Amino acid sequence: MRTYLSVGKLRFIHGMQYRTAAFAGIATQFFFGFVFIMIFVAFYSHSTVEQPISLEQVVSYSWLRQAFLAFVALWFRDSEIFQLITSGNVAYELCRPCRLYEFWFSKLVGQRLSYAVLRCFPILAVTFFLPAPYRLNPPASAESLSLFVAALLLGLLVNVAISMFIYISVFWTMSPIGSTMMIAIVGDFFSGMLIPVPLMPDWLQQVSYALPFRWALDFPFRVYSGNIATAEALWGILIQAVWIVALFLLGRWALQRSLRKLVVQGG
Amino acid sequence: MKMYWSYLRILFKSIAQYRLSFWLLAVGQSLTPLTGFAGIYFMFERFGQLRDWQFYEVALCFAVVHLSYTLCEAFARGFDTFSTLVVNGGFDRLLVRPRSTLVQVLGSRFEFARVGRISFSLILLFWAIGNLDIAWTAAKVVTLLLMIVSGMAIVAGIYIVTASLCFWTVEGLEIANIFTDGGREMAQYPLNIYGKWVKVFFTYVIPYGCVNYLPLLYILDRTQGSGWLYMLTPLVGVVFLLPCLLIWRFGVKHYCSTGS
Amino acid sequence: MITLNGISKSFKVAKRSAGLRQAAKALFVREHTIVEALRDITFSIGKGEIVGYIGPNGAGKSTSIKVMSGILVPDRGSCEIMGYTPWKERTAYVKQIGVVFGQRSQLWWDVPVIDSFELLRDIYKIPTQVYRANVDLLTETLDLASLLPTPVRQLSLGQRMRCEIAASLLHDPQVLFLDEPTIGLDAVSKIAVRHFIQTINKEKGITVVLTTHDMNDIEALANRILMIGHGRLLYDGSLGELRRRFGAQKTITVEYREHSLPVRVEGAELLSWTAERAMFTVDTSRCKVADAIAQLSEQLELVDVAVEATPIDEIIVQLYKEHSL
Repeated sequence: MRTYLSVGKLRFIHGMQYRTAAFAGIATQFFFGFVFIMIFVAFYSHSTVEQPISLEQVVSYSWLRQAFLAFVALWFRDSEIFQLITSGNVAYELCRPCRLYEFWFSKLVGQRLSYAVLRCFPILAVTFFLPAPYRLNPPASAESLSLFVAALLLGLLVNVAISMFIYISVFWTMSPIGSTMMIAIVGDFFSGMLIPVPLMPDWLQQVSYALPFRWALDFPFRVYSGNIATAEALWGILIQAVWIVALFLLGRWALQRSLRKLVVQGG
Repeated sequence: MKMYWSYLRILFKSIAQYRLSFWLLAVGQSLTPLTGFAGIYFMFERFGQLRDWQFYEVALCFAVVHLSYTLCEAFARGFDTFSTLVVNGGFDRLLVRPRSTLVQVLGSRFEFARVGRISFSLILLFWAIGNLDIAWTAAKVVTLLLMIVSGMAIVAGIYIVTASLCFWTVEGLEIANIFTDGGREMAQYPLNIYGKWVKVFFTYVIPYGCVNYLPLLYILDRTQGSGWLYMLTPLVGVVFLLPCLLIWRFGVKHYCSTGS
Repeated sequence: MITLNGISKSFKVAKRSAGLRQAAKALFVREHTIVEALRDITFSIGKGEIVGYIGPNGAGKSTSIKVMSGILVPDRGSCEIMGYTPWKERTAYVKQIGVVFGQRSQLWWDVPVIDSFELLRDIYKIPTQVYRANVDLLTETLDLASLLPTPVRQLSLGQRMRCEIAASLLHDPQVLFLDEPTIGLDAVSKIAVRHFIQTINKEKGITVVLTTHDMNDIEALANRILMIGHGRLLYDGSLGELRRRFGAQKTITVEYREHSLPVRVEGAELLSWTAERAMFTVDTSRCKVADAIAQLSEQLELVDVAVEATPIDEIIVQLYKEHSL
């Protein structure tokens, strides 16, 4: 366990060095946040019926997504791992005295944490003080806040567990573009990246609820604004944990199978 | 021009070596605008309309923006990935050849896989037009073409400026995404739904609004007064390209006086 | 043909320092150091010469090549090559030169070599007849026939370098700049490349300027060397002259019928001694090699004698040492 913690820490410190990139990232996140919110404001302005998620909640949802983009975006990727796999050098990784799945997992968590830490605070700090329609509203209650933090961190694990499958798929396709792109695009859609899940048509919501993607994004951000009530949120956190365990075990099994194939083929 | 075709031929031969990954990429890339558009569709399904805009009008707007943006990405890919060329010293090679650096960079890359996105945008364009009741005139057809070409000019201009900045630094240039990707996200909806500063910025500084929103009003017969002005606004995009080319020349000069 | 006069060039290099505080400061102000890459470089090269440009890493070789090929504008000084100032009339000028960067390819990676050649034909606007004739000639002299239809990524380094050089000669340049053309090549390829450079120099009268770290390149090709260190031109002359300056010492190795005690030779220094074999160095300004051998044959029953000049690599090391490089 200590090995994996220090791998994650190393990645975290490494990631913290890229400040210029972080400044650029923050500016970009702000811009996109404003554009998204303006579009929602325009849609809501003519709405006569009550929507399953209020405009204030959508605004909070959008800013949180921008602030924690590194936690939730599936298209974030580590090209180092891709190169290891496609070049066949992954065989050297097997020489390490630790499990490869856990090793990569902690590396990816550390990476996403460093990205998010550098970007989230300025975004959160500024958006709290924006004028009316754009403001990030405070959490619905103290319980919502603490549940949100728990759900967000578990959501990070869900997301990394999903993204592990992207890397594993490269063992089979040997090309990091096609398959990963499709998983990322479909996953981002069903996680509520483009439009919040409650605004989707009913049938699509059903699909989305059956898949793991929304537990990384849609769920924590709606817990924050109280769109998902406390009791339901507690259940949700339990479901998140179940997904993490399931994806973790499945991913580890899939990676072992891919590695066996690699060893049989002689790299 | 002949040289550019030779460049295209050689690039095409290169990608023909990797057929499977090419098709995967082409299909994968066309999924991005597809889910983006699905998002818009579902929002309209829920809300009915967006201010005074109907679904197919927004679809037309979306299709035109994506078409010009994607075409430009395909053509000007060399500028988009220019930082690698500067970092690995490949730009020196272009300087010892007796041709304009601009054309050589343009010819250094061509993203054929965008064919997926381009065809998606084209299908969407015709679908939207088919569902809109537009009284087509020759002038409107010209305007539509102008919108696409001028949109390309603006994106190309931003690419060229970003690439020019590589001569000074390659750090933090991700910020240009605001003007390219961000501009595209923004311009796929009619400009008047946005707040004032967005409107001002994207009309007068980076004139997406001039090449997209204003002529769209003309095509949809939403203009008051003379249509000529609206019809010709896309030319602003071409004008936008000129200072960008100057910045490029300045950048090359700077490179030659400092090395990398 | 090539005349450089007082060329100087300095670069600003941003200081990078560790530590959080310095890094934070660097966000606002960057401290710079000025590196003088070239200081007052003056030389001229005549038509048809092959000139070796040598010097340790970071001495300014690449900077000079960049100035001469029109990529870089110097701070001071003038440079005239075939009547052009390279950085002023760049497009007109570069039509007349060929440049090979040993570490970077100018060929398109995924397509057959011949396709790259055809693209270069269009880039340089080479008339069809000239192009055809040049390809034929180059194919023959460089033995490229089997390589032309092969994608570049499948070529070995040596094969690729031959194609690179051919590619830079398609447009009939009068001057060829070669930046480390033999780097990373195996012995056979090196010899092939050297031989080819010699051939085109002789047959087409092309002026060649090459940088290298391999002194065998210089020995085989260059009748003249320019040595640069710390941005200054330190030596300009022939290899023979350099030999005379530093190569006054010869090594004599002798083998003989068993002899248990070391012998003394007037004017020579004993390097090693065994019962059957000994090595001496002779300073030829003090003692003739023939005299030394004569002395040896008087004292020993010689079986074999070998006389060698000091290797060129060692001369260069001495030269670098002299200038404390």
